[in-house]
Amino acid sequence: MIKYIIRRIIWMPILLLMVSLIVFGLGTYGPGDPVEVQLGNNYDEKTAQRIRDKMGLNDPFVFQWIRYVKNAVKGDFGESYVFKNRPVTSLLLPKLLVSAQLNLIAFLIAISIGTPLGFYAAVHYGTSKDPGVVISTLFFYAMPVFFTAPLMILIFALKLDLVPTSGWGGLFDKRIILPAITVGIPGSAVFVRLVRASMLEVLDSDYVKLARAKGVSEIMVLWKHAFRNAMLPVITIIGFTLAGLFGGSLIVEIIFGIPGVGRISLESVYSRDYPIIMAVVLIGSTALVIANLIIDFIYTLVDPRIEMQ
Amino acid sequence: MMNKYEKNISSFRLFFIQLSGKKLASLSIIILLMVYLIGIFAPLLAPYDYTETNLLKTQAGPDFENWLGTDRLGRDILSRVIWGIQTTVIVTITGLLTGSLFLGLFMGLLAGYYRKLFDFLVMRSGELVSSFPDILLIILLAATLRPRITQFIYNIEEKFNFSGIISSGVVDYIVIGVALLPLSWFGTMRLIRAQVFQIREVDYVLSAKTSGASTMRIIFKHILPNVVSPLIVTSTFGLGAVALSEVILSFFGLGVQPPRPSLGAMISDVSGRGGASVSVLTNHPEQLLSPIIVIWIMIFCWNIIGDALTDILNPRRN
Repeated sequence: MIKYIIRRIIWMPILLLMVSLIVFGLGTYGPGDPVEVQLGNNYDEKTAQRIRDKMGLNDPFVFQWIRYVKNAVKGDFGESYVFKNRPVTSLLLPKLLVSAQLNLIAFLIAISIGTPLGFYAAVHYGTSKDPGVVISTLFFYAMPVFFTAPLMILIFALKLDLVPTSGWGGLFDKRIILPAITVGIPGSAVFVRLVRASMLEVLDSDYVKLARAKGVSEIMVLWKHAFRNAMLPVITIIGFTLAGLFGGSLIVEIIFGIPGVGRISLESVYSRDYPIIMAVVLIGSTALVIANLIIDFIYTLVDPRIEMQ
Repeated sequence: MMNKYEKNISSFRLFFIQLSGKKLASLSIIILLMVYLIGIFAPLLAPYDYTETNLLKTQAGPDFENWLGTDRLGRDILSRVIWGIQTTVIVTITGLLTGSLFLGLFMGLLAGYYRKLFDFLVMRSGELVSSFPDILLIILLAATLRPRITQFIYNIEEKFNFSGIISSGVVDYIVIGVALLPLSWFGTMRLIRAQVFQIREVDYVLSAKTSGASTMRIIFKHILPNVVSPLIVTSTFGLGAVALSEVILSFFGLGVQPPRPSLGAMISDVSGRGGASVSVLTNHPEQLLSPIIVIWIMIFCWNIIGDALTDILNPRRN
């Protein structure tokens, strides 16, 4: 197992290098000319040539890419074309923080609703309660945010006047409640599905049967023998979900007027401000890859069946 | 080992019996079939053309002439929803053919069978693709590739001296198809590959090999039938995601371009790219809800079917 982890750690930089190649390639060969975007109406051929030389845009692609990666490792993702020469890093960092906070709360909502419901469904396997839980969570899961987000605002902000309609005030502000619920509740269906499947498998295992045969009380069987083991596979998905949530709040951020990553990445796509979207994708991928590596590592620590050699 | 696969081959009828036992799943299949038929026969079913405007009757509520009312340009919403469904149908079928069937199934079969270098390459590129955050990669691909693809097709039109491809809106579908490619293939491919790993060591495949059957014959005749059920399950889950991704892409103006209708573009249009969602929900709910309910139904049904199939085809519970 240690061998596997080491191989993964060695493989990781290569993987991220490939990711950066794709991202940089798409950004470089994408539509629009950065110099044109920057100069706007003041475009003239001479100035453009000078800026191109200065920015190194006339260098061969590979050199540009290597330079980009070198700087990116140091946390420098270049400068925005549109926001006059502001470093991408200083533009993105506060937005990343906002999205991370929103998604963290949404994730906590999703897992704290989804886990008990999945547990409940599995314990009631074979009765109508099981499909009842699964189907009703799927019902919310399938509901498009284009509808739920404005509906939440309409009911809780405009009709009941409990919270402000939109905006952002950080983790402990009332305004985080609605968007977090809007992202979190549909997300709980993923955990319901996973915990239910995992519980069913465990409940069918020999050691649970043995525990029952020994006369261990049902609560002890479910809690001590089944649930804790059933939670193992859930760990594996946490990495994916945490990193996936990154893009999951895209539409919600826009409807609720939250100054997060989703908003700025879309605006940068529209205005062809590629350094920003490139940085977002690159940071997102890095987070995903690292999260999965850590999760794998934790998994081997927690699951005694996987031996650490 | 043997028993399981023998059972799988002969269990197609059993599979349908079990599926029809699941009432909600059967209902979902019927509903989805109907939605897809509506999409396919859009030209016959839509009462108006999707571009037909009636400026004397804009933002009207539902009545006998326009069952779901009209939008701000006086276009019939029902007709636009029906044509929008056609877009979804085209995109999901393209996704099924390119992502699930071509890349997922064939790469999985070949990687599982040949292993070694081919397997290594396929697996590593799969890992590469899955280390991107899905939706961001899709957006980046759609945004950067569109002009390239348009230019490419324009060049072809120039060279062979005909026109009509670009104006027909096919480019949109190609862009969406390419952007959504990374979405679903790797999961399918990995599953098929794992299945092939097991099957290629089974006695009847080994005996076919010793009796001199060609590789193609072994793959298609002996291995393929055994990977059909996992293929169905992963494709079903994938198609819901493909449909939703098209909606999101078109919502952001990166997918199907106006005037061609798409459910996502309709939502974007009436809600001002999300900014005016609340006011449109209060003032003209039918404009926002018509496309949304169709999406809702589709995603819900795809998931119900996917769950039912997983349940039925899970060997442990049979």
